[in-house]
Amino acid sequence: MTVPLSYYLVLSGFVFLTGVVGVLIRRNIIVILLSVELMLNATNINFVAFSEYFHQVAGQVFVFFALTVAAAEVAVGLAIIIALHRTNSSIYIDELNLLKR
Amino acid sequence: MDHIFFFYFAAVIAGTSVLVVALRNPVYSALALLIMFFHVAGLYVTLHAEFLAAVQIVVYAGAILVLYLFVVMLLSIRSEERYHNQLPVAGLLGVTLCTEVLLLLIQSRTAPAVPRGSAEAAAETGNTEMIGEALYSTYLFPFEVASLILLVAMIGAIILAKKDIIETTE
Repeated sequence: MTVPLSYYLVLSGFVFLTGVVGVLIRRNIIVILLSVELMLNATNINFVAFSEYFHQVAGQVFVFFALTVAAAEVAVGLAIIIALHRTNSSIYIDELNLLKR
Repeated sequence: MDHIFFFYFAAVIAGTSVLVVALRNPVYSALALLIMFFHVAGLYVTLHAEFLAAVQIVVYAGAILVLYLFVVMLLSIRSEERYHNQLPVAGLLGVTLCTEVLLLLIQSRTAPAVPRGSAEAAAETGNTEMIGEALYSTYLFPFEVASLILLVAMIGAIILAKKDIIETTE
C-alpha cells in the first residue's frame, strides 16, 4: 500500500546527482548555486522520508536546520556574486582565472 | 493511491531538476526550480509533514527563489552559449553514480522491510505541535546556533554587497 522507503531514496539520489552534475557543467555562478539548492532539497527529501518511516520527528527538525543553512548560503552567496560582478563584470566561472594569469 | 501521488511528484521533481541544470537561461532555471519546490512540498504532504510543506513554500519558494530572481534581474545576465569544459567528466560521474543508485534499488528489493513505529502517537498530536516540542526542548541549543548562523549570514551579506562601506571606513 504505502510507498517503499527505497523509492524516496532513489528519487533523492537522482536529484542530488543532478545537482552535482549541474555544479560541474554550468558556467553561470547563479545556476551553480541553484544546483546546490537542488542538492539541499534532495537531502531534505531523505530526512523527511526517514522521519516518516521511523516515526521520529527529529528528521523534520533537521530539515529546519538545513533550511537555515540554505538561507544563509543564499544570502552570502548572492552577495559574493554581486561583489564579483562589480569587480570583474562577469559571473562565468571559467572567465575568473586571475590566479592563472 | 499513494503510489499515484508519489510517482506524479517524483516524475515532476526529477524532470524539473534536470531542467534546472539543462536550461541555458538562468531565469528559466529559477522558474523550473520553483516548480520543483512546489512538488517537493506536495511530497512532504504525502509524507505527513504538513508543517514542513508550508515552510518549504514560504521560505524556499517565497524568500530564497525571489532573492535569486532579484539578483538575476539585477545583473541582467545573458543566457549561456555553451556548458563548462568539464562536461565529459561530469557526464561520466553522473552516469557512474546513477548506475550505482539503480544497483542499490535492485538490491533493496531483497532487503528486510523497515519496521514501522506506532502511527497512533503521530496522529493524536499534530505535526506542528510535535516539531515544536522537539525543537524547543531537545534541539534548543542547535536552534540557537541556527539563529547565530542567520545573524552571521546577514552581517556578511551586508558587508559583501554594500559597495562603499569599506572605502568610507578607511
